[in-house]
Amino acid sequence: MTPKRKQRLLMVCLMLSGVGVAVAFGVNAFKQNIMLFHSPSDVAAGAVEPGTPFRVGGMVIDGSVNRSSETLAVSFGLTDHAENITVSFEGILPDLFREGQGIVAMGSIDDQGTFNATEVLAKHDENYMPPEVAEALEKAGKMPGTAANYGSKTVQP
Amino acid sequence: MSELMEFLSMGGYAFFVWSSYGLTTIILLAVVFWSSRQLKQSRTQAFRRALQHRNKQ
Amino acid sequence: MYRFAERLAPWLAILCVLTLAAGLYLGLVVAPADYEQGDSYRIIYIHVPAAWMSMFVYMVMATSSAVFLIWRLKIADIVAVASAPIGAAFTAVALLTGSFWGKPMWGTWWIWDARLTSELLLLFLYLGYLALRGALESPQSASKAAAILAIVGVVNIPIIHFSVEWWNTLHQPASITKFDKPSMHISMLRPLLLMVLAFQLLYFHNLMVRVRALILQRENRASWVAELAEKNHV
Repeated sequence: MTPKRKQRLLMVCLMLSGVGVAVAFGVNAFKQNIMLFHSPSDVAAGAVEPGTPFRVGGMVIDGSVNRSSETLAVSFGLTDHAENITVSFEGILPDLFREGQGIVAMGSIDDQGTFNATEVLAKHDENYMPPEVAEALEKAGKMPGTAANYGSKTVQP
Repeated sequence: MSELMEFLSMGGYAFFVWSSYGLTTIILLAVVFWSSRQLKQSRTQAFRRALQHRNKQ
Repeated sequence: MYRFAERLAPWLAILCVLTLAAGLYLGLVVAPADYEQGDSYRIIYIHVPAAWMSMFVYMVMATSSAVFLIWRLKIADIVAVASAPIGAAFTAVALLTGSFWGKPMWGTWWIWDARLTSELLLLFLYLGYLALRGALESPQSASKAAAILAIVGVVNIPIIHFSVEWWNTLHQPASITKFDKPSMHISMLRPLLLMVLAFQLLYFHNLMVRVRALILQRENRASWVAELAEKNHV
């Protein structure tokens, strides 16, 4: 390697590490903005003011879904296995919405602590399998849990 | 026949599945055709230029 | 180099068509429907390979740009330019198919979560690279400036890859990077891997074609081109 090439190599490495460090700092500073949603624990810890719109994400609690018989109104409990929050919504739910499934809802909390959602999105996991396999795993109690760990990425206020 | 219909309906997701496959086909084919057309063009051009250049010498 | 690309291309094309046919048949016809997503998950067979290729092509582009900057190898520059439009196409495919999957499953075409945003940034990096090439008059400075952009942009690749682990996103974590125990049933995984291979071959075939075109453009006075022209009776 000639000295000139060595110098160029060094330049490229320096450039890359410089930009890398800058981006790492930038991304860290905006961590809160990059998080798509808050967990129910965040909400319980008071991360969000009542009335301000934000997204909340968690698992729909089994057996908590209450559908109105006349309108499209629905309410359900949302959990991150630490804290719960009640979500009420009126509109069409995505195909994947079901109990035990992860969802992300846009809306705001009212004074009673209920989350009034304007939009509900389903979050699916990374597991793909045929229905028969899913049934068999379910019977054996070996259904893989979702890797979407809501607790570990929590933003504290 | 009904099997084919069942296949095409994609369990009710026909629109989403076939639109994405269609769009992908269009985009990738466009790139393939564009590349081969570019090769053809540069081939004729380069061949002509190279022969001209040699004849001048 | 030119001869090498010319000889390799047909083999790549044949292999690509074969794997593509096998992957599509296994993925669309043979593979069972998903227990939760039904048949809509079949979009994965183009979405994941395209997303994977969008990052792979970028890595090729950034590496050859670095090689060009350090060793001033012309062929490295050619590989980088030839890769950019193909990478941009794969990125566009990944974004579009993701959208068509997101609508029925998540309930939205688009959301500004970290994964989707960083992938969109990747598309802009490709387009910016091509625009920079086109904008600068002298080919020398255009090559250097574009190479620097490509190298700087490589920071985005780990962000795309790890975005689903670092932050809360709507996008699900990866299914096939976990080699110990893939979270995909084997009957669904096999066509996916075939499709990844097919897209990989498609890229290399296309790369060979574009590299040849660029070599011819740049060396249109070389004597070997004249010889080639005579052989082909032009």
